[in-house]
Amino acid sequence: MKLSPKSSTSSAQAGEVETSTLNKVRLATKDPFFWSNWIVVIAFILVVLVFGALKPHSFLTMYNLNNILVASSIPAIIVVGQTFAVATAGIDLSISSIMTFGAVVYGIAFTNGSSWWVAGIAGTIAGTLCGFLNGLIIAKRKISDFIVTLGMLSVAAGFALVISNGVPRQIVSNSLSNLAIGGFGRIPYLMVIAFVITVAAHFFLFNTRFGTHILATGGDPDAARSMGVNIDLVKIVVYSISGTLAGFAAMLTISRIGAAEPAANTSLLLNSVAAVVLGGVSLFGGRGTIFGPFVAILLLQALTNGLTVVGVAAYYQYVSIGLVVILSAALVRTK
Amino acid sequence: MTNNPEYAIEVIDIQKSFGSVAALRGVSLFAKPGEVTAIVGDNGAGKSTLIKCIAGVYTADAGEIHIAGKKVHFTTPEESREFGIETVYQTLGLIEDLTIWQNLFLNREKMKGIGPFKILNKKAMRLESAQMLKNLDVYIPSIKGRVRGLSGGQRQAVAICRAAGWGSKVVIMDEPTAALGVRETAKVEDLISRMKEQGLAILLISHNFDQVLRLADQVWVMRQGNVMAGMRAKDTSGDELVALITGASAGKK
Ligand SMILES: Nc1ncnc2c1ncn2[C@@H]1O[C@H](COP(=O)(O)OP(=O)(O)OP(=O)(O)O)[C@@H](O)[C@H]1O
Ligand SMILES: [Mg+2]
Repeated sequence: MKLSPKSSTSSAQAGEVETSTLNKVRLATKDPFFWSNWIVVIAFILVVLVFGALKPHSFLTMYNLNNILVASSIPAIIVVGQTFAVATAGIDLSISSIMTFGAVVYGIAFTNGSSWWVAGIAGTIAGTLCGFLNGLIIAKRKISDFIVTLGMLSVAAGFALVISNGVPRQIVSNSLSNLAIGGFGRIPYLMVIAFVITVAAHFFLFNTRFGTHILATGGDPDAARSMGVNIDLVKIVVYSISGTLAGFAAMLTISRIGAAEPAANTSLLLNSVAAVVLGGVSLFGGRGTIFGPFVAILLLQALTNGLTVVGVAAYYQYVSIGLVVILSAALVRTK
Repeated sequence: MTNNPEYAIEVIDIQKSFGSVAALRGVSLFAKPGEVTAIVGDNGAGKSTLIKCIAGVYTADAGEIHIAGKKVHFTTPEESREFGIETVYQTLGLIEDLTIWQNLFLNREKMKGIGPFKILNKKAMRLESAQMLKNLDVYIPSIKGRVRGLSGGQRQAVAICRAAGWGSKVVIMDEPTAALGVRETAKVEDLISRMKEQGLAILLISHNFDQVLRLADQVWVMRQGNVMAGMRAKDTSGDELVALITGASAGKK
């Protein structure tokens, strides 16, 4: 290829800004955030290797890996909303309750004759409304995210019990249950959905204007406001997204268990916060990735699954997951 | 004083009270393009309140603000920004965890694509960021680095470049070198001189009289919400400024 003088000068100019790949890697490894992003990937690989070595014929089977993927899908969707909330220096404690509320709305819509997907839309909108309310109160009344979503945790769970009379509803729909058991080839539909949402969220956070404003709001709300960023809008949108994803995940949960239950799934909340920490998202806001928490969810599910496979009693699994979270937070912190 | 289109900015008889505290009791002053206009005064004299009225953070209770001879009324910082007025506060307003180029373009992001499918044009923003810094001879190793890794002087420089880089006409700075060492102060002063050469009107609040006499063309002295005196910097001295600020001298209005 011949280079005209013109193109060589323009590439020289670009070179001032675009650093070489090697330089990029060198710069990245100096960045403390780089390590908090990669710890989770390394930990995930370690977990798979260790359990794979211990029980190659039960852990490393296609069937079991498929189980891990299916079990990861719903938490992976929930964690996207949690990541957004934490990126604005907030937290969404209400997601598991909103999911319960969404499930109950789904059940009512379905048993009143709605098709499986119309009921899904109803449940998702119910989630959006709860999240919107969270965001509105946080933004306009300047009450801490922690308190508002803690309140919503109780309100949404309570409403779920009230409108369902506390009884679960059977949901019999072939299309819906096919969602949970089917897949594209070997990849379960649920994982595909979770992955699409994750990729879209990544794109939204890092390639749109609003995404930058989310990070700016979390990083320094006063500075963001002084530059004219609408931080109230950021809060409202972020919690609405989180609520929407919880409402949507409710449908996926129903597809797996075949019933709309008014019972709250609190381990989902714990897992989402754990994955956000493990995934290197700063609890102080303004910093993080979408893929970090995603891998963290895979890690947590692989850990739970692996402990079951090697025969560790369920009670110890809670202990070990808690320890992993604290340990990783400590590691990230000292970096 | 009538509104003169040669003044980049002119405030006439501005008053502002916070409850029973009268922070500004009828302040009039002006700033010309291509000049550094300093505002000096003791703590609580009302300097910050005045610039916040000009920047649209506060709305004055009474009085007028003219931009290039045109009367304006600001109720938000965005309105003031639309008239080419940019402010660098002591807190700088930079987001530590964002990169330098993201900070330079915060809330003015360059986009590409059409309609609702607009996405960030990162490459254009990086290139233009490098240019913005270069225009004012600011050297920062990598515009892809985060602000967290910058020194105090570098941060100040980034904040100033951001304020100067948007076709702005007036740049207001509240004590830009208060937190800086000797070398970094000198660099920021150079930067201010270069901005002045580019024709910007610079409104500088400073407690450092040497700096004011070095940099400024015009000096306004405030005391207890009033302007005590306004004069050309070359016609005054540190002693005179001290006398005016403390009230030992009544001033020549
Ligand atoms: N938001 C506010 N609410 C109430 N009073 C205020 C407010 N802002 C300023 N004041 C009062 O107005 C007066 C002028 O304050 P201002 O901050 O403008 O002074 P300054 O000249 O900038 O002082 P310094 O040199 O210490 O920065 C002070 O008496 C201050 O207490
Ligand atoms: Mg002040």
